[in-house]
Amino acid sequence: MIKHLRSAADLDAATATLILDTAGEMAALAGREVKKLPTLRGRTVVNLFYEDSTRTRISFEAAAKRLSADVINFSAKGSSVSKGESLKDTALTLQAMGADAVVIRHPASGAPHRLAAWVDGSVVNAGDGTHEHPTQALLDAYTMRSRLGRLDGLRVAIVGDVLHSRVARSNVLLLTTLGAEITLVGPPTLIPVDIAAALSPKTKVSYDLDSVLPDMDVVMMLRVQTERMQDSYFPSAREYSRRYGLDLARMRKLPEHAIVMHPGPMNRGMEITPEVADSSRSTIVEQVANGVSARMAVLYLLLGGKA
Amino acid sequence: MASPRADASSKIILSESDLHRVVDRIAHQILEKTSGATGTVLLGIPTRGVPLARRLAARIHAFEGIDVPVGSLDITLYRDDLRLHATRALGKTELPGGGIDGRRVVLVDDVLFSGRTVRAALDALKDEGRPSSVQLAVLVDRGHRELPIRADYVGKNIPTSLSESVRVSLTEIDGLDEVKLTGGDK
Repeated sequence: MIKHLRSAADLDAATATLILDTAGEMAALAGREVKKLPTLRGRTVVNLFYEDSTRTRISFEAAAKRLSADVINFSAKGSSVSKGESLKDTALTLQAMGADAVVIRHPASGAPHRLAAWVDGSVVNAGDGTHEHPTQALLDAYTMRSRLGRLDGLRVAIVGDVLHSRVARSNVLLLTTLGAEITLVGPPTLIPVDIAAALSPKTKVSYDLDSVLPDMDVVMMLRVQTERMQDSYFPSAREYSRRYGLDLARMRKLPEHAIVMHPGPMNRGMEITPEVADSSRSTIVEQVANGVSARMAVLYLLLGGKA
Repeated sequence: MASPRADASSKIILSESDLHRVVDRIAHQILEKTSGATGTVLLGIPTRGVPLARRLAARIHAFEGIDVPVGSLDITLYRDDLRLHATRALGKTELPGGGIDGRRVVLVDDVLFSGRTVRAALDALKDEGRPSSVQLAVLVDRGHRELPIRADYVGKNIPTSLSESVRVSLTEIDGLDEVKLTGGDK
C-alpha cells in the first residue's frame, strides 16, 4: 500500500479498486447500530485546514472517529498561522505531537507534497489550490460504481470551471486509470489549452453541452467558484447558466440510466437548477454519505498496517 | 505453490472423504446440542470459514430439512495484530436477514490456533448485535492457545509444533478438499 495520498495519480488501478472495495465494506458497516470500529485506536489524525470547508473536514473527522482514531482539528483561522507561522513550522509542531496522519487542505497547489517531506506520518490531500482533491475523486468513483455497476467504459462528462477545479483534475486522473472515458465541457476560457493532453491523452474536450449529453452515463457538474472569478471568464452568470447550466430540459437529453453528480457546495440556479439537484437521478446527497466510507477506506489502508 | 521441500515434509491429515465425514459429524453435533438448530445462525469467518458454514447448513438441511440462516463475519478491523503486518484487505460481513439479536450464533472457522481470531470475532459480534449465546465450530484444532478460548465443535484435534503449519483446502476456494500439515522438524 502507498504511504501518502497526495494525488489521484498516486493510485494505480489495483490500489484504487482496493480502496473502492474497502469503501464498500465500510459503507456496509455504516448501516448498523454501533458504527464505531476499534481499528485505529491510539492513532492520531490531524485535520490541517488552511481553507474554509464544511463537508470535507466533517467527513474526514467522522471517518477518523468511526475508526477510533484521535482527531485534532486545526484551522488556520484563530491559530498561530494568523501570527505568521509558516507551513513548515506548523508541520514540525504536528510532527512533535506525534501525528500518524495529516489531512491537509491548503490554498497553495502542491502544499501536501511539501508537507510530506517534513512529517513522518502519512499525508492525505484534502484539496490543494487548483491542483487536486483525490478523496473527492474516490468518493465520486465509488458513487458511480455503486449506481451503475462499473467504471470501465463509462462515459463521464465533467462540466464547468475545469480551470480552477481540483475535483475535475483528480477525477480525470482516477477515472481514466479505472477505464472511464472523460469529456471536459465548459466555456473555452475555463478549459485550459492542452489540459486534456496533460492529464490523459484519452480525454476529450467539448464547448457544447447539448451535443454531449445524449452519449453520457454520468454528468458531473462543477461549482462555479465565484471566489476565484475576479477575472471575466464569461460575460454574465445568466449567460453561463443558459449555456452550461443543467436544467430539466437538458437532463431529459441524457440516456434513461444516466446520473447527475455535483461535489458541492452547489450554486442552485447557476450551474444546476433545484429541480435537477433534487431529482432521483441526482446523487448529491449520496456522494456525501459515500465520502465518509471512502475516507474511512483511505485512512484504514494508509494507517491500518505496519507503519 | 508449495515448494518441493515443503511437500516432502507434508502430511495429509484429512482426505476429501475424511473431511466430508467430519463436516457431517459437526452438523449432527450442532443439531444435537442446539435441540434441532432452532434459533441458530451460522456465521463463517472469512476466508475458509464461510464455505464451511455454508456446507454445515447444507448438511443440516439434508439431515433434518431445516434451513439454518448462514452469514459471514469479517474480523479484520478487530484484529490485535494489524500493526504487525502490511494492511490487509477486508473480507465480507453479511448477516442473514433478521440479524443475530436473541439468537444462538455458531461461529465457524477452519483452524483454531492462538484463539486471537475468535477473540476478534467476539468483539465484532458485540458491535453487530446481542446474540443469546455464541458457540464455536472449527474443522481443525491445532493447539497452542494464547487466550482462554475453546471450541464447542471440533472436526479433528491435531497436535502440532509451532514450526508446522496446517493448510486447509476447500473446493470452493482451492479446487480440492484436503487438510495438510506442512513444515516442522523432520
